[in-house]
Amino acid sequence: MTSNKSKELLLEMKNIHIDGFSDERWHKILKGVDLTLYRGEILGLIGESGAGKSTMGKAAMGYTQPGCKIINGEVNFNGIDLAKLTEFEKRKIWGTKISYVAQSAAASFNPAHRLMDQTISASNRLKINPTDVLKKDAVQLYESLQLPDAENIGDRYPHQVSGGQLQRIMTAMAMSPRPELIIFDEPTTALDVTTQVEVLSAMRSIVDKFNTAAIYITHDLAVVAQMADRIKVLRYGEEVEEAETRDMLSNPKEEYTKSLWSVRSLIKPEETNQDYILSIKNIDAAYGSSKVLYDVSIDIPKGKTVAIVGESGSGKSTTARVITGLLPQSSGEIIFDGKKLSPKLEQRSKEELRKIQIIFQMPDTAMNPRQTVDEIIGRPIEFYQGIKGKERESKVIELLKMIELDETFLDRLPSELSGGQKQRICIARALAANPDLIICDEVTSALDQIVQEGILKLLQKLQKDLGVTYIFITHDIATVKAISDEIVVMYQGEVVEQGLKSKILNPPHPEYTELLLSSVPEMDPDWLTSLLNKRSS
Amino acid sequence: MLRLTLGLVTVFAFSVIIFSTFSFLPGDFATEILGQSATKSAVKALRAELGLDKPPVTRYFDWLGNVFQGDFGSSFSGRSKVQGDQGDRSREVVGLIIPRLKNTLFLTGVAAMLAIPLSLILGISAALYRNSYYDRSATGVSLVTVSSPEFFTAYIFILLLATLFPVFPTIATVDEDTTLVERFYRTALPVFTLTLITMGHMMRMTRSAIINILSSEYIEMAKLSGSSRYEVIVKHALPNAWAPISQVIAINLAYMLIGSVVVEYVFNYQGIGRLMVGSVYNRDLPVVQACALIFASTYVILNLIADLIGIISNPRLLYPK
Repeated sequence: MTSNKSKELLLEMKNIHIDGFSDERWHKILKGVDLTLYRGEILGLIGESGAGKSTMGKAAMGYTQPGCKIINGEVNFNGIDLAKLTEFEKRKIWGTKISYVAQSAAASFNPAHRLMDQTISASNRLKINPTDVLKKDAVQLYESLQLPDAENIGDRYPHQVSGGQLQRIMTAMAMSPRPELIIFDEPTTALDVTTQVEVLSAMRSIVDKFNTAAIYITHDLAVVAQMADRIKVLRYGEEVEEAETRDMLSNPKEEYTKSLWSVRSLIKPEETNQDYILSIKNIDAAYGSSKVLYDVSIDIPKGKTVAIVGESGSGKSTTARVITGLLPQSSGEIIFDGKKLSPKLEQRSKEELRKIQIIFQMPDTAMNPRQTVDEIIGRPIEFYQGIKGKERESKVIELLKMIELDETFLDRLPSELSGGQKQRICIARALAANPDLIICDEVTSALDQIVQEGILKLLQKLQKDLGVTYIFITHDIATVKAISDEIVVMYQGEVVEQGLKSKILNPPHPEYTELLLSSVPEMDPDWLTSLLNKRSS
Repeated sequence: MLRLTLGLVTVFAFSVIIFSTFSFLPGDFATEILGQSATKSAVKALRAELGLDKPPVTRYFDWLGNVFQGDFGSSFSGRSKVQGDQGDRSREVVGLIIPRLKNTLFLTGVAAMLAIPLSLILGISAALYRNSYYDRSATGVSLVTVSSPEFFTAYIFILLLATLFPVFPTIATVDEDTTLVERFYRTALPVFTLTLITMGHMMRMTRSAIINILSSEYIEMAKLSGSSRYEVIVKHALPNAWAPISQVIAINLAYMLIGSVVVEYVFNYQGIGRLMVGSVYNRDLPVVQACALIFASTYVILNLIADLIGIISNPRLLYPK
């Protein structure tokens, strides 16, 4: 992190204006953003969804997505204005001089071709090195990215390797032609924290090794702190502030920047009791022939929040499916409110069904897009409580007020709501059944930081007012700290440990909990370096 | 393997349906051939000879057993109306069908070889230049050709290319001695008709399959790594589009075969479609059944092939985890 002035200018974007076409009209996506990047430097670009950070990243290549256009501005790359080049001229730069690493590696690799062919396809176009030299080089890149079986992994198809590996192979693909600039567009957002650490360290070391300049786009300040020399914050298509990473973290100037990590400041004092509303005992469960839960036992104290944490595939969502009866267990039992619940959904009484409700991760897909808010919330009121007509409507309004919305929302369709509002409606729908237990399955993962904070606060308030119990399934440790009383750690279908929040989060830890907790990025720019040193020693 | 079994089961189910449908048809061949004035005993004797007096289930299994040995029975027609005449002129169904089937396969084969590449090229280029005038006119015209019935298209061709500008003959009669060149010339109009009625559908499906894939993330990635338009379509989009495209080709090939019933009639072409129509007139059950079974099996076989292409073109199915 030396002074920028001694370095050579690589990319200079001036006064970028980009419009996008949606809902039958043009919207402004970027409203005059500047950006400078020097050779070998990494710039972090952060902001919430809709801030225009991805659009800015792609504009750095002179590319806009279909339906978008650059209205104004210059993109000077090595002194050439990319915004003025023709498609044909830009293609000579794309993939070779500037390469791009996408958010979802799984969707960004062509499923029909082998990984090696895709890795070297851009370099092959340069016609500088013959294919076998490129292949050897790719294997070396795979090795330095610590991919297993680097020699042969390129012979596989994208569906045959894991998400974290794909993301590293995509980095190798970006690096193969030795570009001058790489755009990383949320490359670790879709990964588990434990995988994220590996991918981050691999990407950082390879960018260092070849002294490649990079723009790193993310919404996670802690992640960008590990990667970037400088950070630029965007909001609503405008720049909020820009500073050297250390300055930004220790001394953010704008209110907005501070609010970006506000969830991390949310804290809940822990409480618990021995009065269990739900106990699941020695549950085994399987999807078809593949077993996913092994001897899972969890106790849920009444009126409290139990967070179930673990990476994808750890069985946390499956546990929720077993509790709700969507997936009958193969052995073990579920005691709810002192009574045994039958494993199958069809055999449970309406009353039992009413008492356990679930809220899903994606509010978009959890609501019928053709139903109004009134119908969505009113339906469970009518179904479970038999309330109809005027009374039903007043109940719906009451619930809307509870979730901090009002009766003006009654006639809206889900498509007319923001992401946070949609999730609130889903919460109201769960509350409409007047349940004792609500299972929240990653309810905040799809939302922006500030919206997350609002939802978490709302859930806490509702618990205080109504005494409802939550099972909170998440992979995000910051959320866990903010909302839980007790924590259950799951790994590969087994419970690693259960206990009070303070007990789980403080050492000594079982091995897996240690790995999971230490993988959560911290706001310290030296965190990744010191973590890697600690792990290797 | 499962698909193969399913395919076989489907053909079986078809055979049952075909057989039972024709047994429920009113009237029978015996009364038809002997005329209204035939004596009851004469009818009975003929029925016994043809095996029509046995219960339907027995007849079905007899028929099915023979079909398995490649014997579709003897045609009813061509029989002597005079009782006791031993000069039986009835022909084996197989012998009757094979040359007709060959003719039909020739017709549809030529039409397919014309229609498939043309519609692929048109579909891909329409997807490539989406919303251009070319794309709009191509999709517009294809909609017209899809929606017009085949006899209408056939008559338009006759009007244009045979009557107004007499380039091709209207009657596509061929026999075994017709040379290949002569065959091409005579069948030109039916081939054009079949091509036109199936091309629209195939072209539109190819276009939408490609467009669907063009919006996926790996296509954007391919563009961002500097692939040219041609590369994006041919290297990145097309390999992932084979499954839907082969499905629609299979359906259209089958449709061509069925559509040939009408087209053969219009152009008086000696194909299996004409044979079937004629046999229905004569209540010639063995022939009708055989034709129907052939049509049904073609559907199943073509779909099986399409499924296979779908599997082979998709590494996810070809190389499981």
